[in-house]
Amino acid sequence: MLDLYTRRRLTNALSLGISVLAMLFGLFWLGWILWTLLEHGLPGLGAHVFTQTTPAPGSSGGLINAIFGSVMMTSVAVLIGTPIGILAGTYLAEFGQRGWLAPLTRFINDILLSAPSIVIGLFVYEVYVVKVGHFAGWGGALALSIIVIPVVIRTTENMLRLIPNSLREAAAAIGAPQWKIITFVTLRAARAGILTGILLAIARISGETAPLLFTSLNNQFWSSNMNQPMANLPVVIFQFAMSPYEDWHSLAWAGALLITMSVLTLNIVARVLFRQKTNSQ
Amino acid sequence: MPNLLREASHKRQTVFDLLFRNLTRLAAFAVLALLAAIIGSLIVGRLIPIVGTLVTSGIALLIAIPVSFGIAIFLTELSPRWLRRPLGIAVELLAGIPSIIYGMWGLFIFAPLFADHVEPWLNDHIGTWPLLGPFFSGPPMGIGMLTAGIILAIMVIPFIASVMRDVFDVVPTMLKESAYGLGATTWEVMWNVVLPYTKIGVVGGIMLGLGRALGETMAVTFVIGNAHELHQSLLMPGNSISSALANEFTEAVGDLYTSSLIELGLILFFITFVVLSLARFMLYRLAKGEGQGA
Repeated sequence: MLDLYTRRRLTNALSLGISVLAMLFGLFWLGWILWTLLEHGLPGLGAHVFTQTTPAPGSSGGLINAIFGSVMMTSVAVLIGTPIGILAGTYLAEFGQRGWLAPLTRFINDILLSAPSIVIGLFVYEVYVVKVGHFAGWGGALALSIIVIPVVIRTTENMLRLIPNSLREAAAAIGAPQWKIITFVTLRAARAGILTGILLAIARISGETAPLLFTSLNNQFWSSNMNQPMANLPVVIFQFAMSPYEDWHSLAWAGALLITMSVLTLNIVARVLFRQKTNSQ
Repeated sequence: MPNLLREASHKRQTVFDLLFRNLTRLAAFAVLALLAAIIGSLIVGRLIPIVGTLVTSGIALLIAIPVSFGIAIFLTELSPRWLRRPLGIAVELLAGIPSIIYGMWGLFIFAPLFADHVEPWLNDHIGTWPLLGPFFSGPPMGIGMLTAGIILAIMVIPFIASVMRDVFDVVPTMLKESAYGLGATTWEVMWNVVLPYTKIGVVGGIMLGLGRALGETMAVTFVIGNAHELHQSLLMPGNSISSALANEFTEAVGDLYTSSLIELGLILFFITFVVLSLARFMLYRLAKGEGQGA
């Protein structure tokens, strides 16, 4: 039998070794997924992806209508979601010290932050698609904006809380009204952090598929009419990957590579931006 | 004589007491049973996707909790300072990869490998065990509940690990240093000091991961096999609430079909709402305790 001291040291070494393995386990999947994407996506990536519309099986084509649709819907979603998110986040950080509204909003917002996106799709289907009678790009944008709002609220509130109170007091001391203090001093001081939040929100919605299935659906052809079903990268990837056709698969991989690279780039840019901001303080 | 009478009446009263107490208890149970019946009636007929959702999420948590704990220990205690940030970012990038990518990768890369190498092994070794056996035997198809669970695990690991890392960071340094000063090893400090101090937050993080796993749609849709039947074996295809919605909703004909799918959505939202609320309450409580301790 080992003595107590040796046994404790062995347990320690064993568990720490396992924790190193766990870290490697996590990194292993990241590496494997990225490697697969590069391996299958790069051969399919070419000029045709950015110049032609989605093909019928057997013919050649690209993803331009899907890319355009994704960019349109993401932009509209950000345009709708960002102002609401920033205003609500400002309320939580600047005015919500007392009363029941702020804690409740914060709680509901935290739940919305990780609510299943497919349920959001169902909601927009009921309130928009059923009323209008057909799938449409506006519905997709609406569903995505509901995902943007909680992300922006959370980061805006957190960033505003980092602003020292002395800044607010200094502005108040020279006679600035509260709306000026908030818009010209605190929001301005927190803008890098808020921008980080917006970038993270864009990264989050550009890969969302489930809410778009019930709202904008898909379109084989070029369409810039937001009132019609609109092609978008995630749903095209879903349909092409589930299909039995080889050339559709290769387009799906190319699209997957595009989405992942843009999402990861957005994530990294957002973090670098935030880091510069915290360093300069 | 009066004494005896009193005793008899006392005895009778005790019996009445007992009866009355059990009557009230029965009523209380009846209320519970009523609630269970209501929930049951909502679930009947939707059992397959609900069980699929719970089973895949359960498998995901079984794998993800220990791995996330290991990652959090590594990031807070073991990693050299210069490695901490890049590794933290790498874990968060894993969370950033869109779920449809996990699904595609799972369907085209992971499932075939799993079918060729892991599932035959499971069949041969664990499949013959008396109790666990039936869960791990079946045709090696690659797609199925187990594959979906594993892919969900990879997806929720970053969420749980980053919450665990954040709550481990709030443990006062003095507390840890006192334990080290008494001669505790790193593992003993983590297990006996840090974990008890942060247990509410850790459970909150796990619930957060569970909320994610329950609602995950695309990754599961790709690999679960979308079969509307219930099997004991985890290697067989099944269905989950979210993948049933994703697959059938746009093809649903008629109001009744659509409405019943929307009710599935309601059930999903209800389950995740409860899980996420619990998670948030726990994390708030930890944050409050931190404020009082300081």
